[in-house]
Amino acid sequence: MSGAALSVAGARKAFGGLIAVNDVSFDIGQGELVGLIGPNGSGKTTMLNLISGALRPSAGRISLAGIDISGKPAHAIARLGVARTFQLVRVLPSMSAIDNVIAGAAFGHMRLWGSEARQMAEALLERVGLGGRAAAPTASMTYIDQKRLELARALAGEPRLLLLDEWLAGLNPSELRLGIDLVRDLRAEGRTIVMVEHVMDAIRSLCDRCIVMSSGAKIADGAVAEVLSRREVVSAYLGDDDA
Amino acid sequence: MSAVSAGEIRVGLAGAVVVALAACLPLVDQGFYLSISVNIVLYAALCTAWTLFSGPTHYVSLATAAFFGVGTYSVALWIDQLPFPALVAGGALAGAALAGVVGVATLRLSGVYFVIFTLGLAELVRQIVTWAQAKFTTRVGLYVFTDFTEKHIYWMLLALAVAVFLAGWLINRSRLGFAMRIIGNDETVARHVGIDTARAKILLFMVSGAFIAIAGAISAPRYGYIQPPSAFNPMISFLVVIMALLGGTSRLWGPLVGVVPFVIAMDLISARFPNHMPIVMGLAFLAIVYLLPHGVTGRLEQVWTRLRNRRALAVGAERTA
Ligand SMILES: Nc1ncnc2c1ncn2[C@@H]1O[C@H](COP(=O)(O)OP(=O)(O)OP(=O)(O)O)[C@@H](O)[C@H]1O
Ligand SMILES: [Mg+2]
Repeated sequence: MSGAALSVAGARKAFGGLIAVNDVSFDIGQGELVGLIGPNGSGKTTMLNLISGALRPSAGRISLAGIDISGKPAHAIARLGVARTFQLVRVLPSMSAIDNVIAGAAFGHMRLWGSEARQMAEALLERVGLGGRAAAPTASMTYIDQKRLELARALAGEPRLLLLDEWLAGLNPSELRLGIDLVRDLRAEGRTIVMVEHVMDAIRSLCDRCIVMSSGAKIADGAVAEVLSRREVVSAYLGDDDA
Repeated sequence: MSAVSAGEIRVGLAGAVVVALAACLPLVDQGFYLSISVNIVLYAALCTAWTLFSGPTHYVSLATAAFFGVGTYSVALWIDQLPFPALVAGGALAGAALAGVVGVATLRLSGVYFVIFTLGLAELVRQIVTWAQAKFTTRVGLYVFTDFTEKHIYWMLLALAVAVFLAGWLINRSRLGFAMRIIGNDETVARHVGIDTARAKILLFMVSGAFIAIAGAISAPRYGYIQPPSAFNPMISFLVVIMALLGGTSRLWGPLVGVVPFVIAMDLISARFPNHMPIVMGLAFLAIVYLLPHGVTGRLEQVWTRLRNRRALAVGAERTA
């Protein structure tokens, strides 16, 4: 499937004896918004880390629109147009909000700088709901605002592939609604997105397709409603030790 | 990054006035004040160059003596064959090359290993030079005879200090400086926005090493007779770290705040207790690390933000009242 925006074939990551990602394969089409779900510790974040280059795969091949990126350093992968947010939000605490966003634009494949970068960053701050807060110090921002800022930074690179790691986690119901709308807008723009999420309502309302991981392995891949009703998926979630 | 701000122009003009005044010093005095001022501008250049790299990366480099000595030897080896400016340029290239090699080899190491390695490096280069001299020549040292007097050296070092400041200012405004600030905040984020962090650090280390080598090259005629122990004196490395940390490394002009009082104090102390310098240095180092972990400028900034917050609180209280 050479038309895939992202293609993962037999990806594997072992931490010593623990196999966090076990021979996982999938393709993501251009403009698709795919949910990556699974119980805690099933290897979702590790899978994103392999794609973004935060970790080197122990085996397997990951390619971006046909270009092999497995084992490339994170900065090289970012320059090919992959951007991400982190499960534990990471802002640049000593820098202003706008500089946080410009950081995402200045070194990626766009390499924006100067007034061009500022304009783009201001528009993105507006878009994620931080309009007028360009000069705000980021260390003292609320959790939701830091998450918004991180998304703006990821978008600043005009990513060809956006990886969201539980970007909706920890939001209250009204924030969640705003967050879901924002992701839906991104999708409508035709962006290719992989989102790791525990909020099932978000997966149901946003994704057409989801991939389920359990103990490092892919156990299901298909239309959301159908996949979520499969027995093995339900039992992975409600597993032996769960209530 | 953007246009030069009014504040930057003011600082630039004030700096130009200070430099112009400083440049007039040799016309007034050619003795004690000139000689102590040579040391001040020398360490101002060295510490600012050191901070170009170590400030944003927080890597403590003890390789200053290695770069300095490489610069000194670049002049000493060929002073009879080549013009002085060419030798200074050669020294800069040699310093940058050494920094590049060291950077590639060590910047992937964590902080502590880097410190140890750089300390060892200065010693290693010194041993190699000593060995090479014994092997290929019959002399222990090299004479550097030039027409330069103390005031020429002073002017050259002053020009170097200005160049280091300008370079630092330009870097801060550039993509490289922006990248370094991101790396200082969060290296993982830096990599994920597309910054080749190793390359950025190596580049900056090379710039810093080149400037330090130039300082060594300019200092060669001042020594007159060059031997490995004086050119590669580890004391230089330690002094640079102490003074830069005393001033503070988060601002370009931070080290300068440490250099001026420290060089003067060092001069007074070494005149009175010539054998106690290492003890004084050790105590100074401990005092800085314990009492002023972010240097004088860092402390001043803390006080300033606290005052500002208090004022903001007071204003806020008035509004709500
Ligand atoms: N750097 C690491 N070193 C060692 N083990 C790791 C590392 N990163 C993750 N693991 C382990 O790999 C497994 C998968 O972790 P991962 O973070 O990918 O899970 P996850 O699906 O994202 O879970 P969650 O939903 O809790 O975020 C876990 O057992 C975890 O402890
Ligand atoms: Mg996770």
